[in-house]
Amino acid sequence: MEFIYNYLSSLELGPWATNILFVIALLVVSAAVFLVALTIAGFLVVVERRVAGRVQSRIGPNRVGPFGVLQWLADGIKLFMKEDLVPAQADGPLFRLAPYLVMVGVFAAFASVPFGMLLIASDLNVGILYILAITSVATVGILMSGWASNNKWSLLGGIRSTAQIVSYEVPAALSVLSVVLIAGTLQMSGTASSPGIISLQGGWPWDWYAFYNPFSLTAFAIYFTSAVAEGNRTPFDLPEAESELVAGFNTEYSGMRFAGFFLAEFANVYLMSAIATTLFFGGWQIPGVSLAAQAASFWLRLVGLGIFVGKAAVLCFVVVWFRWTFPRLRVDQLMSLCYRYLVPIAFVCLAGNAVYLLVIPAGSELDNLIHWVTAGAGGLLVLVLLWRVRFHIKRSGDRINLDLLARGEKGSFDPTVQARPYGKFRRQHNKESA
Amino acid sequence: MSEPTQAGAQREEIVLNMGPHHPSTHGVLRFVVHTDGEIMRKAVPEVGYLHRGLEKLAETQTYAGYMPFTDRVNYLEAMFAEQAYAMAVEALLATEVPPRAEFLRTIACELNRIANHHVTLGCITMDLGAYTPFVYLLREREGINDLIEALCGNRITHNYLRIGGVSYDVDDKWLGQLESYLNHFEPIIDELVALIVGNEILIKRMEDVAVISREDAVAWGLTGPNLRASGQDWDVRRDIPYGAYPQFEFDVPVGPLGRGQAGDCNQRFLVRVEEMRQSCRILRQCLAKLPEGDIKAKVPKMIKAPKGESYASVEGARGEMGCYLVSDGGKNPYRLKWRTGSFSAMSIIEHTSPGLMIADLVALVATLDVIAPECDR
Repeated sequence: MEFIYNYLSSLELGPWATNILFVIALLVVSAAVFLVALTIAGFLVVVERRVAGRVQSRIGPNRVGPFGVLQWLADGIKLFMKEDLVPAQADGPLFRLAPYLVMVGVFAAFASVPFGMLLIASDLNVGILYILAITSVATVGILMSGWASNNKWSLLGGIRSTAQIVSYEVPAALSVLSVVLIAGTLQMSGTASSPGIISLQGGWPWDWYAFYNPFSLTAFAIYFTSAVAEGNRTPFDLPEAESELVAGFNTEYSGMRFAGFFLAEFANVYLMSAIATTLFFGGWQIPGVSLAAQAASFWLRLVGLGIFVGKAAVLCFVVVWFRWTFPRLRVDQLMSLCYRYLVPIAFVCLAGNAVYLLVIPAGSELDNLIHWVTAGAGGLLVLVLLWRVRFHIKRSGDRINLDLLARGEKGSFDPTVQARPYGKFRRQHNKESA
Repeated sequence: MSEPTQAGAQREEIVLNMGPHHPSTHGVLRFVVHTDGEIMRKAVPEVGYLHRGLEKLAETQTYAGYMPFTDRVNYLEAMFAEQAYAMAVEALLATEVPPRAEFLRTIACELNRIANHHVTLGCITMDLGAYTPFVYLLREREGINDLIEALCGNRITHNYLRIGGVSYDVDDKWLGQLESYLNHFEPIIDELVALIVGNEILIKRMEDVAVISREDAVAWGLTGPNLRASGQDWDVRRDIPYGAYPQFEFDVPVGPLGRGQAGDCNQRFLVRVEEMRQSCRILRQCLAKLPEGDIKAKVPKMIKAPKGESYASVEGARGEMGCYLVSDGGKNPYRLKWRTGSFSAMSIIEHTSPGLMIADLVALVATLDVIAPECDR
């Protein structure tokens, strides 16, 4: 933004022209950010459905566009066409306003989310604070939708959601504070001249803040858990708990307004992954490339963009994976998890980080050793997890196999003569009978 | 209802209308839930939305003609209703069922029990928020549906049993298919245990939740897995033997089995998992011992039952499935009455619900395995 303003000022068009051009530029940039965020959210919907299909041993959407990637556009157009229904007993203005507030809360946060070096709509010097603040607007929208729907299920869902978001903001903010303490700045991206959270980290894993010390690794775990809870995602999806509250706060919504809630939820998944990447995983930093080299070369910045989106995508995948694996917690369990475990541990992490910064001089041998050990431990954890996943997949097989009866290996069973042959046996069967 | 608070405002309990259209009510159920925030004061079940007059219909049908209607008593355990009805009529006629037919009935019923528990366990996990196990369990159920389709041509409402026997015999090919399904399915139970039963969140949601004591369970007439989960050792198959069951060895799982106390939701879940294993065991014994011979006793085309009454009950997947039959000597039953497990399970909900949270009600209804059509008939 400053960059645009300075450029416009340098054209010497007079204050009026400069300001009008600046406002136009602002609108263009906002629209661009909005569209990018919308595209990411839509794409995530498709990814979620494809991953769900894979997890559940079925296929998932694959008709619209290659691999079904345009499914979200088709769904969006369908929802656009629907009637904008406002229940007769609902509080009309509030009911109409609520989805916009939720969308504003999530999409406005994208203004301060970095995609790559210098690829950030506005690298505020209070970036992370701005994001934490603006996402809270969504809470108001959710409570408003729950109240204005004049539906008891919606009201319960809205209250649940609000209580949950407000509660989980505490551990999330505390674990973010750990990183802020290490970095000494609130700026998200930064450059060599004005350091931000990303530019202070390095490209290699042991330079990342997640592996700064054991406390920050724990802080990441707490941030991630709280962020999943704030995003109302499984296993914390109580506000939309289908089997309990029908559809929670968006029970009465349909058409475009429902799409607003829906896309905001998925944009939020990317948002939280992007924030975690920024704070803990070195953002767009390329291993072994200096900041000056990145700033100078367009192609290196493009690689950085790829690295950032890749890291965020991995985290998004984990969130989606959660959803199709875990059952849902109960309200009291949710709250006790937050206040009895996450908040105290987050405080310990914050205090531990403060003491660490005081006691161990930055850049010393010991400091580096701790980075290495923590990164090694983190890497080992991921490896163990991947090994377990591989073990389970190998054990039960992950191929989509509809030939159930054919899978029995023992016994005198001829798959081609079963009552209704499936899959390749059906094709074989048809060929033989033809 | 409303109590004054300190600020002078009124405190009211919310009356929620859960159902008849609600994602977690199995079939068309309705609960009137009185809640104080998340905590319930009470939940009153309302039944009757799926009443189809199956008992009255019997009075207009011939004895043989009513058989397809029994499938509709409960679409998830059609074989059991068929067997209860067939046994009641056979008791009136004093017909001896050939041993091979008894074995085939047992095979069909135990397959049906496994298929039913697939749906039940899947619905429990789905009501508790995990979607994936439901899909996997329904996939395994397809195998059983295929087997039963090969057996009698129908997948859900089977119409397989006849008065005095069964309608179709099996051949070696089908028995081979059954064996290979068992070989395929028994390891799946272990996988199921590893995937679902051990999940900490799931256990926390069900452990010590909605405890039904043994005394309450007996007093409210719970039967089947729900009763056994509460610690009462009772199984119609073993205690009032019928059909071919005296010839088989099987255990009756009784709570407490794993974590939690007798009568909580987790026990009701685990008892059903264990029952699937036992059903597989019975099926294997059926395969080993299947006798040769007729599949149907000689009964007249137009059955006229002698004057009298009879009651026959079988151990269904949801507890005792009983059929009470009165005959006046004519071509049609004079009166027919069904006794089903879901109805008594439904009646205990109002007693158990006070003090539970809304999410616990969902767990309670799911683990009691209440099915609306069986309740309303």
